[in-house]
Amino acid sequence: MLVLGVDTATAAVTAVLAEVDADGVRELASAVTVDGRAHGERLAPSVAEVLTRAGRTVGELSAVVAGTGPGPFTGLRVGLVTATAMAQALGVPTYGVCSLDALGAAAGPGRVLVATDARRREVYWARYVDGVRTDGPAVAKPADVHVDAERAVGDGAGKYAEVLGVRIVPEPRYPVGAVLVGLAAERILAGAPGEVLEPRYLRRPDVTPAAPAATRPAAAGTPR
Amino acid sequence: MTDEPLVLGIETSCDETGIGVVRGTTLLADAVASSMAEHAKFGGVVPEVASRAHLEAMAGTMRQALDTAGVRLSDVDAVAVTAGPGLAGALLVGVAAAKAYALAAGKPLYGVNHLSAHVAVDTLEHGPLPEPAIAMLVSGGHSSLLMVEDLAGRVEPLGATIDDAAGEAFDKVARLLGLPFPGGPPIDRAARDGDPVSIDFPRGLTGPRDLVRHRFDFSFSGLKTAVARWVEARERTGEPVPVADVAASFQEAVCDVLSRKAIDACRTRGVDTLLVGGGVAANSRLRAMVTERAAAYGITVRIPRPKLCTDNGAMVAALGSHLVAAAVPPSTLDIPADSALPVTTVSLADRL
Ligand SMILES: Nc1ncnc2c1ncn2[C@@H]1O[C@H](COP(=O)(O)OP(=O)(O)OP(=O)(O)O)[C@@H](O)[C@H]1O
Ligand SMILES: [Mg+2]
Repeated sequence: MLVLGVDTATAAVTAVLAEVDADGVRELASAVTVDGRAHGERLAPSVAEVLTRAGRTVGELSAVVAGTGPGPFTGLRVGLVTATAMAQALGVPTYGVCSLDALGAAAGPGRVLVATDARRREVYWARYVDGVRTDGPAVAKPADVHVDAERAVGDGAGKYAEVLGVRIVPEPRYPVGAVLVGLAAERILAGAPGEVLEPRYLRRPDVTPAAPAATRPAAAGTPR
Repeated sequence: MTDEPLVLGIETSCDETGIGVVRGTTLLADAVASSMAEHAKFGGVVPEVASRAHLEAMAGTMRQALDTAGVRLSDVDAVAVTAGPGLAGALLVGVAAAKAYALAAGKPLYGVNHLSAHVAVDTLEHGPLPEPAIAMLVSGGHSSLLMVEDLAGRVEPLGATIDDAAGEAFDKVARLLGLPFPGGPPIDRAARDGDPVSIDFPRGLTGPRDLVRHRFDFSFSGLKTAVARWVEARERTGEPVPVADVAASFQEAVCDVLSRKAIDACRTRGVDTLLVGGGVAANSRLRAMVTERAAAYGITVRIPRPKLCTDNGAMVAALGSHLVAAAVPPSTLDIPADSALPVTTVSLADRL
């Protein structure tokens, strides 16, 4: 079955096209752009690109898998709304996978900490034993993360290596597309009912109302 | 008339998740989910709350719009979406969704200007817009006078507010008077029982000097302050505040300035069609005053019904339909959501 995977929970905008069958997951094409501010611009062209490179059409898709975070809100929503809308238009199911799992399951055996950049000097983190999550996901200041691992992966681990005080492995740095799809493979093959993609925000919204018109981007952009 | 373009429009620039379906200038569906109830307790729209609500509402609003219109996504000729201006995070949900629907259904995408969409929505009620026309857009975030040479691509800003938007003034004054948010509708209602000439509130930017530099600009923050001072003075003396009279006099001042400047713009530019749009165009006094004053100069006024004046997806679909009919090239899949999109950019194909 042809499956599209998308993840926008980190600075990496990831689209992957994979063939999923009883033998496993075979990646056909993937596109990764690392740019924390370009999720909205890059994701749709990346989806189009992986389809073109694999010589497949969007109508052949059987399912869409999305990383549900945790991740910075604005970027995270791009992946979720893209997956939701494409699946709705195609009449295929969506499946959600915790984005940190697409790092943890790709990080190999042993006790591993996954930490991604949550901005505001915090990280989203989770702990794994042999690729299976045992704690998290949660958001915390790096100094408050209970590390308890042999090594750490993820862009947040690299950024706060000194505070975390654990060996940092440079790869994987961001959720791995094919691994993301693999984590939903059982559900896809079983024809499990599609899931509403719920973002893992982990933080409440900042409730300051929009600035008054004069300072609001909309008004400021109105030429005089 | 099935050869007219069938267009889907998506709007998420503020707190409304709107999805509309239009064929030519015929409205087929106008589904709107609003997060206003969640914002009311904060006294203004909270961007992150609005963005979260857009994501939650998207698929359901789409289903509702398609079901109401009795069409499938595969039937449409194009998908249009508000690309700006508006709240950045909120816009992005709609833009990303529109790209995904367009990509999955194999349809062209049109990233369009929210302000031009407020103008285009009138075609759904009154048919094609005579060009040129003057458009006055008055909402919670905007107060603008536009010269619309060509709705498919040539829109020139004549003036805009230099401080608060008209709707914002209604919202702030309502708060001063202890009326709920958004303040436009309760002020409109309260004013019906009040005397509009009982208090002489200031008319911003209408003095002789202002008319040189700011002829078509607006200012409502001085008016808001004047109302606040007047109410405070009353409260200090221990007398009850005559809410209906204050509401009516405030509303009269806003409508007086808006209608005067709009008609001045029409006369200066020799234009005989005036369109009023945006949430404040729902105001009963503004509708009556503009219509009456314009008639004296032979200017035809077009104001869409209130439901079409506030943010919705139908207005975006209406502009998209106009662009398709005018053979304007579509946008590419890499367009940004632009919170400060200039009014002169009617659709993002302008940039190609
Ligand atoms: N009857 C009315 N009289 C006066 N103002 C009104 C009335 N009804 C609504 N409004 C005002 O209209 C505004 C809402 O308008 P609208 O939905 O068009 O725009 P918005 O959400 O502020 O966004 P944007 O400015 O980006 O278009 C509010 O400020 C509200 O108080
Ligand atoms: Mg509006």
